[in-house]
This record gives sequence, structure tokens and C-alpha cells, in this order.
Amino acid sequence: MAAFALRRLLGAIPLLLGIATIIFFVLNLAPGDPASLYFNPNVPPEVIEQVRRNLGLDQPVHVRYVRWLGAFFTGDWGQSFAQGRPVADILMEALPNTLILTGTALVLVFLFGIIAGVWQAVRQHSWSDRTLSIGALFFYSMPSFWLGLMLMLVFSLKAHEWGWPIALPPTGITSVEYEFMGAGEKIQDRIAHLILPVATLTLVLSAGIARYTRGQMLEVIRQDYIRTARAKGLPERRVILKHALRNSLLPVITLLGLYLPFLFSGAVFVEVIFSWPGMGRIIVDSIMQRDYPLVMATSFVFAVMVVLGNLVADLLYAIVDPRIGYET
Amino acid sequence: MSTSRIASALLPGLGHVMAGRGFTGVALLLSWLTLLAVAALGWPRIAAIGETGSLDDWIAVVALVLTLALVWGWAQWSLRRQQAGGTIGESQWRIAGRRLRRDPLALIGIAVIALLYLVAVLAPLIAPYDPIAQENIVETSYLAPSLSHPLGTDQFGRDVLSRMIYGARISLAIALIAVAIAISLGTLIGAIAGYLGGWVDAALMRFTDMVLAFPRLVLLIMIVALFSSSLTLIILVLGLTQWPATARLVRGEVLSLREREFIQAANALGMSRRRIVLRHLIPNVLAPVIVAATLGIGNTIVLEAGLSFLGLGLQPPTPSWGNLVSDGRQNLIGAWWVATFPGLAIVVSVLAFNLVGDGLRDALDPRLRS
Amino acid sequence: MSDSARRPHDAAPAAHDTPAREASAREPLLSVRDLHTYFDTDAGTARAVDGVSFEIGRGEVLGIVGESGCGKSVTSLSIMRLIPQPPGRILTESSIRFRDEELTTASDKRMREIRGNDIAMIFQEPMTSLNPVFTIGDQIAEALRLHKGMKKKQAREEAVEVLRLVGVPDPERRVDSYPHELSGGQRQRVMIGIALCCEPDLLIADEPTTALDVTIQAQILELLLELRDRLGMSIMLITHDLGVVAEVCDRVAVMYAGEIVEQGDVRQIFQQPRHPYTEGLLLSVPKLGEKTDRLASIPGVVPAPTDWPVGCRFHDRCPYGWELCVREHPDLFPTGDGRVSRCWLEKHPERREQSPGYRPIGAGEEVETAAPAAGTTPAPAGEAGPRSAQRGSR
Repeated sequence: MAAFALRRLLGAIPLLLGIATIIFFVLNLAPGDPASLYFNPNVPPEVIEQVRRNLGLDQPVHVRYVRWLGAFFTGDWGQSFAQGRPVADILMEALPNTLILTGTALVLVFLFGIIAGVWQAVRQHSWSDRTLSIGALFFYSMPSFWLGLMLMLVFSLKAHEWGWPIALPPTGITSVEYEFMGAGEKIQDRIAHLILPVATLTLVLSAGIARYTRGQMLEVIRQDYIRTARAKGLPERRVILKHALRNSLLPVITLLGLYLPFLFSGAVFVEVIFSWPGMGRIIVDSIMQRDYPLVMATSFVFAVMVVLGNLVADLLYAIVDPRIGYET
Repeated sequence: MSTSRIASALLPGLGHVMAGRGFTGVALLLSWLTLLAVAALGWPRIAAIGETGSLDDWIAVVALVLTLALVWGWAQWSLRRQQAGGTIGESQWRIAGRRLRRDPLALIGIAVIALLYLVAVLAPLIAPYDPIAQENIVETSYLAPSLSHPLGTDQFGRDVLSRMIYGARISLAIALIAVAIAISLGTLIGAIAGYLGGWVDAALMRFTDMVLAFPRLVLLIMIVALFSSSLTLIILVLGLTQWPATARLVRGEVLSLREREFIQAANALGMSRRRIVLRHLIPNVLAPVIVAATLGIGNTIVLEAGLSFLGLGLQPPTPSWGNLVSDGRQNLIGAWWVATFPGLAIVVSVLAFNLVGDGLRDALDPRLRS
Repeated sequence: MSDSARRPHDAAPAAHDTPAREASAREPLLSVRDLHTYFDTDAGTARAVDGVSFEIGRGEVLGIVGESGCGKSVTSLSIMRLIPQPPGRILTESSIRFRDEELTTASDKRMREIRGNDIAMIFQEPMTSLNPVFTIGDQIAEALRLHKGMKKKQAREEAVEVLRLVGVPDPERRVDSYPHELSGGQRQRVMIGIALCCEPDLLIADEPTTALDVTIQAQILELLLELRDRLGMSIMLITHDLGVVAEVCDRVAVMYAGEIVEQGDVRQIFQQPRHPYTEGLLLSVPKLGEKTDRLASIPGVVPAPTDWPVGCRFHDRCPYGWELCVREHPDLFPTGDGRVSRCWLEKHPERREQSPGYRPIGAGEEVETAAPAAGTTPAPAGEAGPRSAQRGSR
């Protein structure tokens, strides 16, 4: 087991290396002056030329690559053009916000998706199964940005307009007067701001998980060992929750791993729409502003999160499925 | 020529109904009549095409004529084949076709897709207004939905419905071509990796994993923002980031198929590996690939819309459903219709493709006994 | 089981040495009367089990033989009430009495108490019948804790003993293994262990050896008989394999098209089958020591369960049939020596000579309807006929 984990971990390193390389080359192949990678375009050309020679930017690509790689992996991520601050600082501020958003959403997606999927499988063809299926299909087909806007429209903007008792704040992570609130109010405020963004992400993604779980459970229930469990005289609840669920969870865990990229893409849109100060919004803004150091670092962090997430999913799978240690 | 054949030549679908294939007959009749209705409604524009027709209009007219010919032709051929008799083999496709016919949700999906195709192709003929014309902005901007503008107008007074109709062309075309690229590439790579195994497999899969691990949106945003927003680039990048999923799927299928006896038999007969891959493996993996492709079209529509929403896809004034929603965002509370309806269009299209994809998956499932 | 109470049972060791049992004269353990199990499908109502009646006495081994689709598995699942109720239903006129209790009307809770505890079942595919994510010890202990109320530690120790009893080597270590670490034969032993750990009175074995090698088959059958002797339980053995029946069973019921077509003592039936179907089955088995150029086969196919013929369901494949068979459905007639046969030949025995009987495949010569010579049994684990040799019968 430990050997398995170690091997997976080591395997992730070349993956990350490859990703960083891709990022570097994509940015370097972009049309335009390569020196602009390190400088604000407003700087006068003579200065750029000078610094370029100084820093060896007129060196061939592979030399630059090696030097960049060295700097990158030792934590020197440069300065942001647009904000004039170290990139690392900017990321440190934004990362927790994104993690709160995606973390909460992930837990809820897991819960709702699996519970809905199991329920549907056990009550196949019933009225609740059909309704949930159609609902899941709807949400599965929705672009997250549109759902976010609609939720914002109804539960925030129009709610304020129509004077509903529960009107959620439309944007931001905290209210303007946050600093002046009491501790309890602060928590409430944060939660209120969290609801719509998390709801958007959760609705869209749990639909997919519910569909998948339902399919897996239906398959597992057909298996011979479920028949054996029933023949033993076990109550149906135990058959489903102990015997069937354990076996269905395995592929669902894998799917969650595969869903992580979608979780983060969705987070990008949600952050943009709700003005959530997280990594998603930073990456969109920084690309628009051609703030290359920030772009590189943010994309890399995104990729790392996805890879780590997949790693955790793989490890979980290996723990839960006794057959794994055998083959690898 | 039998009466049903003659009837079919006059009115496609009638012959099928007479010959007992009511379902196909009604579907054909409906399609035929819809096309004729469109031609009738758009007749003024079609008639004037000699003088005022743009390239767009010509394309639309040609497409209309072609579609009419296609529907008519298929009706004749299908009827003739049925009457020529002989046994029709029970291929998995035939069985799937039958099962699909009994699935109401999938049928709705197919109908919606057909409608979308028509809307996209015949856009110049059915859009009530010019999608990019801006008239008297003061008077026409942000009009709520009404009879003259069923879905309202945006901030420049442009008719939302017309923009949505033209937007359909872009969004659907991009999605279809991108997915076509993705499944071709993915199937080939997956089949090769699965069949050859060994280091080829390992290397290809490492590469596939790498592309898969990357959050697709981030890569897309980067490439499109840094390079350009050309249509070609968008399609290429969408396609080139989707093939890994298909490749993994195909590889898995090929791995399980490889051990089946008919492949071993082909080997024993001395068939070259290339032949085995092309003629035996790939036809057998087609079923799950088609299902994945159909579902993939839905995803791609959403993704392209997302790009346009962020301003990175097609640039205004070219309408794409994504940038329509983005336009609407600027005045969400005042003019909710600008953002809502294009988004609904996305939902409906993606829903239709998902319904068909699901239906196909169930219909092609070899384990479900009738 | 280490201190199992030996139940009083007849001291008969092996099946084929015993004459027709007096079991039927005493109170039977299980009494099935008029069982009808139907399935509602898109293609119509499939009458999978259509009026089946039999009894099993204490300590007796009853074999149910038939080809795929004859309804034998459905019969066993109906007894255990494991038929999924939406498409399937057991008609109300059916009766299944187990030790004086009517099972068809028993509550779900009562059925769960009975399953695994009083009546146990083992299935055909040992490879897939065990849950891959739990150890075999867990799976045995689960039954013990459920029905015997044992605590975890005690159940685990008992599980080790169960493994020892069914002949799994090195049980103290094996108890923590996962199913995929065992061979097919060992898995089947574990299945038997799970079934028997609560000392049921009746064991239903649905094709327990079909998926196993010939040599392992013999071991498993031996194990079953041994356990039968030790625990005094009855066995209902479902199989398509006549050889297995001959080795292990006391009585046998032959099923065809959802019905029992012949039932009686194993020796009698093998020596002189009365029903043409049984006859055909036995003829298609190659016998050691007998020289034949070709084997006989039963022509034709089984009719679909949604569409049983009106008259005798075997008539279109029967070499003896005449118009009566097409028109009227025969009941189970007594043959005069304690057996029953569902055939008009019992009422019109003269018709038997009028027909040439079964023909071998492709040849024009006649094959006599002679049964195997007395004292010999059909080759063990041989194929029992063209269609009945299929696996996965239901």
C-alpha cells in the first residue's frame, strides 16, 4: 500500500513537469515580443533591449526554458505586471477563497450526488426516480455561467427588488460593512455570500454524479453476490448500503477524480460572475491583461490541484478496493 | 410501381403510411411539410435572391433545396428497399434503431436536434431581423419581449431572436466539427494504444493522461487569448483537447476486445495488424464512441459558449450564444431577457444531445434483453 | 458447528445404494404443490414455472434435472422467495410448505429469518457469487452474526471452523483472504460454508458444479454428501448433468417447459425411463463400455415460455407423439412402480411399440429404446444431451 502510494506520487512529478513545460511553451509561442514575458509593454524599447541582453533573453528557447524552470521550481514566480506585487503573494490571497468555494461544493456534490443516485437505483422506475432523472439531466445540460446568472437574478437581484425575506447578496465574498460586524454576523455574512456560488457549482456537478451513481448501483444490484447476500437473509437495507454501495463507490470515486477539472472550470465562471476573489477570476483577468507571470503561475497551480486531486482519488480507490494491491 | 411508391413520390411519407410504416411516414411527412412551410414563409427573400442575396442567403437556399432533395430521396429509397424484399440482417444497429424508436425522450431529443439543424442552416430565411443591424438605438434598445420582438432587444436595439438564430449556426457548427476531430483522433490513438500494447501503449497513455489532467478551460483560455480568436483556432483547440477522453474509452474497449476469440481468429488467419485494427476492432468500438461523441457535442457547446461568454470566443458583433449571455449580463436586472433566452437555447440544445446520447447508449447496450 | 447437534436421520451413507426411500411416507420437510411463477415481460407473460409439485423428505437428496429454460432455477428461487416481484409473481394457488409453515404467504421478515438459517442456497458461479470487497471470513461471519446472534470475535472463530469443515486448507489464514485470492473450487467451498454455517434443514444447490473442472466437481459432490450425512440435512440439487444426478441423488424430478415430466427413484428412472424426454436425455449420453457409432439426439427446440403449446409441450420433439398429444395436455400419471410420468403413453402403452423411437444424428439406422444396462450408471459428469448441455440454465 505504501509502495503503491509512493509510486503514484513519484509518477505525478513528471506529469507536473510536463504541464509546466506545456505552459511555458504555449506562452513562448504566443505571437509578440518574447521580452514582453518579463516586461510591461509600456517600457521604452531601449530599456527592454538592454535588459534583454542583460538577462540573456536573446538566448535560444531551450536555454531560457532551463533557467525559467529553475526559477519556477525554486519558488521564484516573479512579479505581476498589472499589480506590481510578487505573484506568490497574490496567489496566497486568492487560493484560500477558491478552496473554500470548491471544497464546499465538492463535499456537497459528493453527498447529494451519491444519495440521489442510490435512491434512484433502489426505487428504479418510480415517480421519484423519473423526476430526479429529468432534473439531473436539466442541470447536467446547463452552462454554469448561465445558471449562476439566473440564480443571481432570481434569488438576489429580483429578490431585493420584490422584497423577499431571504435576499442573497449578488457578488463578492463579504459585504461592504463586513469589518463592522460582530463575530456571529460575520459568519452569517460569509455564509450568505457563499450560498449562490456554491449552489451553482453543486447543482451542475452533482447532476452528473447522480446519473453515474445511479448507473453503477443498477449494475451492481444485478450482480450475483447481491443475490447471495439476499439468500443469506440479510435485510434489504443492509444489502444495499453495505454490499452494493461499497462496490458502486469505487468507480464513483474515480469519477470524482475525473470531475476535478470540471470543478475548477466551473469555479472560473462562478468566480467571474459572482466577483469572487479567487484563482479563477485571477486567471481570466490576468490573461486579458497579458500579465504573463501571473498567468503561468495560476495555471500551474490549477493543474497541480487537479493532479493532486486525482492522486487522492486513486489512493482512496486503492484503499477501498482490495483487489488493487494485487495487480499493481 | 405500386400505389405507395407513387404516393411517396408526390408526398414523402404518405407512401410509408400506406405501406404500414406509420411512424417513419409521419416523421417524413412532418419534415417535408416543415421545409415547405419555411420555403413559403421565406419566399420573398428567396425570390429576391438574384438581386439582393448575400453569400449567406445563397448558402441557405442551396441548403434548403438539398435538404428537400435528401428527404424526398430517402423516402423513395427506403420504400423501394422495403418492397424489394429479402431478409434484412439483425445487426446491432437495426436492433438499436428499433429500441430507439420506442424511447420517447430520445425521440424528442432527435426532433429538437433536427429543428436546430434546420434553424441553423436556414437562418437567413427565418430570422425576422438582421442580427447585426443597429437602427435607431434610442428607440429600440432594451425593448421587452413583445409581438414584434418576441424575445426582446438588446442594448443596441438588435433583435434577440434573430441573433439567437444566427448564433445557433456558430455554436452548433463549432461543436460538431470539433467533436468530429476529437473522436477521429481519439479513436485512432486509443485503438493503436490498446491493440499494440507494450511501450507504445504506455507512452501514448502517459501523453493522454497529461492532456487529460490539464483543466481544459484554462488551456483553452490561454491559447485563445494569447493567439487569436479565429474560428479555426477555436475549433482546433476544442477538438484537440477532447480527444483524450475518447482515446481512453476506445483503449479500454480494445483491451477487452483484443482477447475475444474473433480477434484471435483473425490473427490466426494471418491478417496484418493494421487490417485487424481498421476492419475488426474499430467497427466494434463504434457504439460507445458514438454515444460518447453525442454527449461530447453537448459539452462542447457549453464550453464554446463559456469561451464566448468570457469574451474569448467569436468577437462581437458576430452572435454566439455565449456572448449573447455576456451582453445580457451588463443589465441583468433591467433587461433580463437578453441573458435568459440565449442561455435557454444552450440548455435546450445540450439537453437534446444528452437525451439522444442516453437513448443511444440504452439502445446499443447488448445486455438489455428486449 | 464444532458442537453441532447431530439430528436424528437415517444412517444411509451413499445415495445410489438406497432403495426407494420411505421418506415420502413420513412427514416431508418441504412440500411444493402447484407452484406457478410467471414473469410479465414486454413480449407477454412468461410462464416459467407452470404447476410444479414435489416433496423432499428429511435427509433426502432430490435432483431436479432439465435443460436451460425449463424453469428449474426459477423453482428454487421461488421457494426462497428471491424472485424480483415487479416482473415476476407467484400465483396465489401455489403452495410451498416448509416444516408446517406456508412460505408463499409468510411475511418478508419471516422469510429473511428462514433464508440462510433454515433453508440455504448455493449458486452456480462461485467466481461472482462472493462480494469482492469483503474477506471470506467476514462473509461467513455475517450470516452467523445475523442468525445466531454471535459477537464479532466468536463469529470469526466459528468462521474458521466452518472453513475447516468444508475442507479449505489453512483456515486460520484463509479466513482473512479476499475472494479473488482463491480458486474456483475453494470459492465454492466457501459458498457452501456460508450456506451451512447456520445448520439449515434444507440446502438448495443450483448447479453447484457446472462452472468447475471435472475433478473439482467430484470433490464438491463428495463434500455435499458428507455434510448431508453429518448434519442430516436435505438437499435439492438442480442440474442439467445426469451424471451428477446418478451419483448423488435419491430421487429425481425431470423438468421440461415449466413442468415436471417424470419423477421417481433415481435407479428406476435411469434403468427404465418412461417419459420420452427422459429417454432422449439418457440416450444422448455416451456410456462407458458400449460401442455406438452415433449418439441419438432430441430434434427440435424448446418452445418459448410465453407461448406454451396447448397439448403436451414435448409433442413436437417426441418420436412417439400422435394426435392426442397435440390436442390434450397430459397430467402426471402414475406408472405403477411409485413413479409418475406426464405422458399419454401411460394411458396408451401400445403406442410405444408403434414408433421407431429416437434416431441417431444423421444416420438412418434405428436405435433401440433400451435403457443402460443394470448396474451401470451413465458416465459421470457427462453431457446430458444437445440442448441440456448449456450453462446458465434458469
